[in-house]
Amino acid sequence: MIEVEQLHKSFGTKVAVDDVSFTARDGEITGLLGPNGAGKTTTLRMLYTLLRPERGRIIVDGVDAAAQALQVRARLGVLPDARGLYKRLSARENIDYYGRLQGVPPATARSRIDALTQALGMQDIIERRVEGFSQGERVKVAIARAMVHDPRNVVLDEPSNGLDVMATRSLREFLRNLRSEGRCVLYSTHIMQEVAALCDRIVIIAAGRVVANGTPEALREQAHEQSLEEAFVKIIGSAAVGALA
Amino acid sequence: MTAAITVYLKELRESLRDRRVLLNALLIGPLLGPILFTMILRLSLATELEKADKPVPVVVIGAERAPNLIEALKQQGLVPEPPVKDIERAVQAQSVNLALRISEGYATDWEAGRPAQVEIIYDSSRRGNGTQVDRLREMLRSYERRTSVMRLVVRGLSPQVGTPLVIADRDQATPQARGALLFAMLPYFLILTTFIGGMWLAIDSTAGERERQSLEPLLANPVPRGQILLGKLGAGVTFSFISLTLGLIAFSIAAHFLPVQRLEMSLRVGPRDIATILPMMIPLVLLIVVTQMLVSAFAKSYREAQTWLGLLQLVPVIPSILLAVAPFSPPPWMYAVPLLGQQLAITQVLRGEPIVQTTLFLCTVATLAAFAAVFFVAQRVYESERLAVNA
Repeated sequence: MIEVEQLHKSFGTKVAVDDVSFTARDGEITGLLGPNGAGKTTTLRMLYTLLRPERGRIIVDGVDAAAQALQVRARLGVLPDARGLYKRLSARENIDYYGRLQGVPPATARSRIDALTQALGMQDIIERRVEGFSQGERVKVAIARAMVHDPRNVVLDEPSNGLDVMATRSLREFLRNLRSEGRCVLYSTHIMQEVAALCDRIVIIAAGRVVANGTPEALREQAHEQSLEEAFVKIIGSAAVGALA
Repeated sequence: MTAAITVYLKELRESLRDRRVLLNALLIGPLLGPILFTMILRLSLATELEKADKPVPVVVIGAERAPNLIEALKQQGLVPEPPVKDIERAVQAQSVNLALRISEGYATDWEAGRPAQVEIIYDSSRRGNGTQVDRLREMLRSYERRTSVMRLVVRGLSPQVGTPLVIADRDQATPQARGALLFAMLPYFLILTTFIGGMWLAIDSTAGERERQSLEPLLANPVPRGQILLGKLGAGVTFSFISLTLGLIAFSIAAHFLPVQRLEMSLRVGPRDIATILPMMIPLVLLIVVTQMLVSAFAKSYREAQTWLGLLQLVPVIPSILLAVAPFSPPPWMYAVPLLGQQLAITQVLRGEPIVQTTLFLCTVATLAAFAAVFFVAQRVYESERLAVNA
């Protein structure tokens, strides 16, 4: 479970994240939805302790990120916005490197990698060097790398970026499996359809602030709209107007 | 510590598969110095030596006026060439290197016992001409001495009257020291090798990793950043040190192919010298690689890191130039200056001089202190937010 309380972060004079709070529960997929530049990536970066928040708290499975950053990172599986692989290493070597850094015993890592290879359909590429992999293949390796230590909490920043329809479908399938295994999945995207297809709970962020937070049904009711897309536009729009006023 | 070792092993494995890293660290770095050095040395030695033995071709004008002189010069290696019209212009136009003109009144002056004139015509601004001119002048002088001795004897005087001074050269430089003068460049080449050996790894593992977007996910692992720095540093140091070792071996092989014996010099970089130099260089290797890593951690891109590290490579030139233009006996504090201290110590080893333990200690401690300081700064940079995020 990931609890975020009143996060605040600015770069120079620009306020990137302004008083963001939400909770991502176990056994649920929580969508962090917002236009580009809304502060999603900055929020996630504070979650996996790449950036330090100026104010606010982050608690992962009851562990405070400010006090025990390493503990928190060990409890998270992270697919960041930047997801470069080492092209001179094979897919297996890439994943294994992270297993070692996470402190997974070699035998456990081997069976985990085999299981992930099955789950993500990487049988053809697992022993190949990463150089020349397609975008979809690279995302698969990056996800496997993030999952090698069997984390309870999974954070993904725009995972479907650059994926084709088939790859997106199998990614959704994989995330649903994570949910059914009881994990806490936090998923950031700017694409409304993604959220609609996948998420149990939606946190909408605009201009660094949370403008709505709830189940898809609750959001539709809140905006008095039948489709989620209309609701999204209405909520973001009113937030933009609010920011202007 | 396990995390640092994991990072270290991964960096090594990846680098061993990178042709550019291998080429630079294991081939270009170690060989560049010896090859350049051998070429420069051979070229300059060869021209000097060949000139000392080779016949000297000289355009002779008026040879018929002094057949005895020309015959004597021929025995000393002069090769007379047929006269050329307007010899001054020919020399200016560089179509003739060197000419000898026997004056019109030579025969009459000679017979009368008056000084007879000969002219050496040459262009002193032409490179490499000096030796030949000197040799011609020396041939003429020796003919002059011989003749004057004979004239004195004929007049019943002791030849010693005409020799008021005896000059003898007694060069006190040991053969090894004379070689080391030529090898003054060697410490620089060795340090350059160290730079090249670590450079690509330093760039690749920080600026390169950031540019390829693999730094952010790496930092999401539960590993203190200091350990990541340590692992990467270790890999850079390993390559740099291998590069240096290979460079030294290459130098010791190259020394066999240099015609130093003919200049009465001894130039041996033996296994024992290598065994002395290598441990002495370890602190400097650490300092150089950690500085390279610090610089490339600051750089925004691969290219920027390359530019900065290229400039950084020029830093060791400064002590080299200093030592070359001011070949003074160095005061002890100079050993406490990283780079300068090592260059001084290497020169000493090559000169075959014993290394004073206290100066070596000073050199090592000072360099290690500098390494610790730069490492501390590098660690701070690694801990900062801007390492992964260019905000």
